[in-house]
Amino acid sequence: MVWNNHENSNMSDQHDVSTQSAGTVTVPDPHRRRLLKQLGIAGAAGTTAASAPAWGGSTLLDALGGFFQDQYQRMSPSEIEAALARIERKAKRDLGVDIHCDNTPPQAGVVFGYALNVSRCRGYRDCVQACIQENNHGRDPSSTAYIRVLELDHGQMNLEQADQYYDPETVPVPGKYYLPVQCMQCADPPCVKACPVEATWMEPDGIVVVDYDWCIGCRYCMTACPYWARHFNWKQPTIPADQVNPDTHYLGNRPRPVGVVEKCHFCIQRTRKGRLPACAEACPTGARVFGNLLDPHSEIRYVLANKPVFQLKSELGTEPKFWYFTD
Amino acid sequence: MLIQNFFRDGCKELLRGGWMYRLWVGLLLLMIAAGGGFYLEQLDQGLVITGLSDQVSWGYYIANFAFLVGIAASAVLLVIPAYIFNRKDIEEVVLLGEAMAVAAVVTAILFVVIDLGRPDRLWHLIPLLGRFHFPQSLLAWDVLVLSGYLVLNCAISFYLLFCHYRGRSPVFGRYFPFVILAMFWAIGIHTVTAFLFSANSARPFWHGALLGPRFIASAFVSGPALLIVALQIIHRIGHLRVNRSVIETLALIMTVSLQISLFFVGAELFTDFYNTGSQHVASSKYLYLGLDGFSGLRPWIWTALTLNGIAVTILMIHPLRRNLVTLNTACLLAYCGVWMEKGMALVVPGFIPTPLGEIFEYLPTVSEVIIATGCWAVGVLLFTLLVKAGAPLELGRLHRTDGEQDVVAANGPSGGPIPTSSAQ
Repeated sequence: MVWNNHENSNMSDQHDVSTQSAGTVTVPDPHRRRLLKQLGIAGAAGTTAASAPAWGGSTLLDALGGFFQDQYQRMSPSEIEAALARIERKAKRDLGVDIHCDNTPPQAGVVFGYALNVSRCRGYRDCVQACIQENNHGRDPSSTAYIRVLELDHGQMNLEQADQYYDPETVPVPGKYYLPVQCMQCADPPCVKACPVEATWMEPDGIVVVDYDWCIGCRYCMTACPYWARHFNWKQPTIPADQVNPDTHYLGNRPRPVGVVEKCHFCIQRTRKGRLPACAEACPTGARVFGNLLDPHSEIRYVLANKPVFQLKSELGTEPKFWYFTD
Repeated sequence: MLIQNFFRDGCKELLRGGWMYRLWVGLLLLMIAAGGGFYLEQLDQGLVITGLSDQVSWGYYIANFAFLVGIAASAVLLVIPAYIFNRKDIEEVVLLGEAMAVAAVVTAILFVVIDLGRPDRLWHLIPLLGRFHFPQSLLAWDVLVLSGYLVLNCAISFYLLFCHYRGRSPVFGRYFPFVILAMFWAIGIHTVTAFLFSANSARPFWHGALLGPRFIASAFVSGPALLIVALQIIHRIGHLRVNRSVIETLALIMTVSLQISLFFVGAELFTDFYNTGSQHVASSKYLYLGLDGFSGLRPWIWTALTLNGIAVTILMIHPLRRNLVTLNTACLLAYCGVWMEKGMALVVPGFIPTPLGEIFEYLPTVSEVIIATGCWAVGVLLFTLLVKAGAPLELGRLHRTDGEQDVVAANGPSGGPIPTSSAQ
């Protein structure tokens, strides 16, 4: 599978995916405990009733179902269905928008990787804007953004000298270069290790995800991350109804609750369907290369094999799956 | 049931008391109510009402948490001399140390709970029912050791007090193994709390081997400082007679610990500032000198070090350490000094600058401080009540009244803690 950097969503990939992504496939947990199962079913039963027309979108039942909802990896297909329905109802209630929330599973034989051409990045921050819109971030200025573009002086890479809030008339500023930073999707992620409740883990396709319905909001993962890639919902994010992206994924861009941590998920709602992440699609200079690391013919594999590549803070040993390179 | 009577009599004791006691409890309840009120607002609005941010994601709450775990751990400073070195004078007050440990652990746990974004999901931490990420997550370790320490201390105290209530001598073999376990556990809780911070290679300010030893050393300053003052107050009120030798031993421990603690600070300062190139230095620079014009914690840390400096000077001069007025002054200074140093001055610089080099300062909001004060009030109230109910039990004033008085009680029990002898 080839992700072409310069074309918007690669259609040839999509039929490829649709053959294997029908329905609600999840990883079954062989160690499910009986008690939990009963609790989960109690929750699911409540939500089944809630989804019946007679009940409409009863908040109390949804609240109960949400409270007893199990961790994503342990939920049965029917429990996941109930959870997805709850998410859609909640979006309708809170935001007044009909969204679609799915849980498209990872594709076999795919591990995603990202490479960014530092010599092409000109600091336009189109990626930042595209990300905010795609991923349903709050729209006030203090809201979360997964991508930070650092402006640095030529000849040095001391992040303490970097400026994230550069605001000149025009970019690029002579003598400066630009270093976009987002979640590195580390192969040995310290955030996953830190989480006390296993609310965050690495999916088989290499994406480190968060179950927003399981996170307790302790923020220890934010402390553990060397890339400042994790962000907390200090308040309920607000999005105007006409700006909500209705195509969502459980582990991705669905509207987030208050009090939980979130992070870049390589636009899981797009990439698992064969599309590029929003940031890669938005980049006007073609600095961003996204693709399948297991595919020897992918562009990213070409970059890794033929360009001078480096990782940010590789000395920490977290093994990022996000590389930087130069022409 | 005897156990029911035990708790009933203990609770009755709580309702007894003069106007001073009632005023004190009323004041604490008022503080708890205020904190609770603001906490409701935090539940409603989210943690946005605090001064925390993505940049500085832990602050005043976690600072108090780290400090209180130290207080809880330092109960071991009464337990070790009482049970290992057979200091009878200390054994008479060892249960006060246990009460302090229980109150401090409860308050520490409370501080973590109020720091959570989703306290409604606390059950996700319960093993089997939730998903407890043990042993990978250091936070899971902390949950485990803190709740274990709470159970251990409650169990030991309950057993000893219940024996007093029944007028029997505690059976050495039944509690001593747990006392030994609690000693190691005490060091464990504070070490794990230090590791919670030092485990993060992303945060160079904490990421060093000295953090654990620093935590223990400073805990053995703040704990005795609190105990020395608390024991005198309890003595004055007349709940329990506290021997002067107990105070002197604690003062000596505190002196040595404060010296070691300050030496550790000096060792860190040298390592940070002799070579200016290290990553570690940016946070330390921010803390001690200010960085790029930001210096919010500079007066804070220098105040803390000054307080500790004056305290250690007083403590090192024998006549001053033996004089209760100057000793209490030193205790107050050192307690505040350690609270400032190990609290905010340790937690906050870990986040400044951020891993991406941004400097974003943190100042707790009024709501945050009031909520935290409410938590402190819970701890102080708990300690007050435990002492109020525990002291008469310990003294043998409160005992079973169902007519089945054991003969030993009338004659004074033999062996174990001797309640009547403490009142001589």
